[in-house]
Amino acid sequence: MGYIELMGISKSYNKQSNVLNGIDLTIEKGEFFVLVGPSGSGKSTLLRMIAGLEEISGGTLKISGEIVNHLPPKNRNLSMVFQNYALYPHLSVEQNILFGLHAKKIDKEIQRKRLEETAEMMGLSELLKRKPRELSGGQRQRVALARAVVSEAPLCLMDEPLSNLDAKLRANMRIEIRRLQKRLGLTMVYVTHDQVEAMTMGDRIMVLNDGIIQQVGEPIELYNKPANLFVATFIGSPKMNLGKAVLKDSKLLIENALEVPLEQMEVPTSLQNRDLVIGLRAEHMPHGSEQHQIQKVEIVNVEHLGNETLISFEVGTELWTAKWLGQWLVQVGDIVPIHISVENMCFFDADTGCLIQEAAFSQKQEVVSK
Amino acid sequence: MTMPISKKILFYFLLSIAALVVFAPALMAFVMSFMENKDIMTGTIPQSLSFDNYLKAFEQFPLLKYLFNSLVVSIVITIGQLVLSSLAAYAFVFLEFKGRDMLFFLFIATMMVPFEASIIPNFHIIRDLNWIDQYPGLTVPFFATAFGTFLLRQNFKQIPKELREASQIVGMGDFKFYLKVVLPVAKTSLVTLGAYGFLTSWNMYLWPLLSTTNDTVRTVQIGLKQLQTQEQLNDWGVIMSGAIIVIIPTLILLFLGQKQLQKGLTEGAIK
Repeated sequence: MGYIELMGISKSYNKQSNVLNGIDLTIEKGEFFVLVGPSGSGKSTLLRMIAGLEEISGGTLKISGEIVNHLPPKNRNLSMVFQNYALYPHLSVEQNILFGLHAKKIDKEIQRKRLEETAEMMGLSELLKRKPRELSGGQRQRVALARAVVSEAPLCLMDEPLSNLDAKLRANMRIEIRRLQKRLGLTMVYVTHDQVEAMTMGDRIMVLNDGIIQQVGEPIELYNKPANLFVATFIGSPKMNLGKAVLKDSKLLIENALEVPLEQMEVPTSLQNRDLVIGLRAEHMPHGSEQHQIQKVEIVNVEHLGNETLISFEVGTELWTAKWLGQWLVQVGDIVPIHISVENMCFFDADTGCLIQEAAFSQKQEVVSK
Repeated sequence: MTMPISKKILFYFLLSIAALVVFAPALMAFVMSFMENKDIMTGTIPQSLSFDNYLKAFEQFPLLKYLFNSLVVSIVITIGQLVLSSLAAYAFVFLEFKGRDMLFFLFIATMMVPFEASIIPNFHIIRDLNWIDQYPGLTVPFFATAFGTFLLRQNFKQIPKELREASQIVGMGDFKFYLKVVLPVAKTSLVTLGAYGFLTSWNMYLWPLLSTTNDTVRTVQIGLKQLQTQEQLNDWGVIMSGAIIVIIPTLILLFLGQKQLQKGLTEGAIK
């Protein structure tokens, strides 16, 4: 039995259309669980329903075995960090951190002790007397975290806490939050629209789109075995290259432009005689060497990242991107050989968008890791 | 701003003239309050200036009593307005209930009803309550202000909703949140509304005239009027000195609160 259990949770604002539909989910104790999805997917709404800030239209929500559907937020024993930090502008850092303890009428001595510990942990000891407007973005973020930590609630909810920070600070805070969560053994539910955050921080990720769960799983699983085309394009950067494809005389014809021989790979019956969409990760298209399975493509864009080079080319109407390790001094317009092989491809059903078969390559990799 | 010096001189010259025109009546009143009645009537330049008129104003009329009444009435109205409109504004912003916006627009619509239109029903009510010649009769009808509620609502709306949610999570009730967070955060607007309420109630004339029949509760504006009509020949010097005394508190308040007043009144407009 999980720590948080959602059973058939749904939400509607106008009693007609649902913002969230039949969400079934179990979050374990001590887990870092990430809800990710594009804006408007309902992830924040779901978080706010767990917090008790938003009414639950249908279904059951349990926290540590107890049904909490109609419990007010304060009785759910949780803390929350908001995107804009929600610091009280007229209170000092110290008062902000102690705000919750004060409201819960916790003994002064204990308050003092917890404040010192938390401030020490978050590196805020020097800033306790300042007002929020005298702090930088990162410091404000820390105060907001400290407020969650000081409450000692076992469950912490975070609603896009890093989206107001610049990229460098964000990378730092990602690590800090992760370490904090592990050290305190918190159960964390973390909402973000940034798939990099989701991949790097989450023990498990749930991808949400249009109020419907797309996939729940570990980051690597989502990356290698995306359940449908939405997850395939949402997780990973650059996004997975997609193309319509058909099987034809032991060859795979992609977008009527690329012909990839199937070689000795046996073709499962599930792939035959149907419209397919194939997905191929950018890093699985290296520079083609002398070996077989080489396609010639014309480069339409080159991005030099220093340690790797992103090369874009057209396949039919789709724009594909390949990631080559190292620095390649190629120009737009060059024709380059590229290695494209069937064993790295994920196959999706063109009509439903669901995964039919994952890449053979990732199956091998799993064996290696076990 | 950079501006050629000639243009600057021209602008300041025009501004000074405009200021002088606007300020002229007050200036005249100020000068006249130091002049003898004879000089005022004949319009001659006074030979000497004296404080006699001020002494007379205090001797002939219970001016201090009037001032005290005005002060009590204004302060009570100010406090009443602040309390009621901040509570109403809180409800309009932070409490969610059906028809909230509708109710608010209805509330705002009352701004279009001039006070003069409601003066007769108001008078009936305070007469039936036996509040004639009493402080409640002078003050209570002014407690509810659509303008104040509107001003504070605009201000409260700028308080992020997350602050309310964060306090909900730690289990803080509405009233405590109102006291501990909303009021301190909206301090500027409260000061503005307070100053505004104080000034308007200090300058009130029609209502105190209607709802009072004797000197015990009359406010200073009525007193001023009495200075004028009690004698056959108006002693303008005394009247003007009375007027100067009356506007002093207003001026002090304006000078002290000018910046805040301006900031607070325009705050809702810019956003």
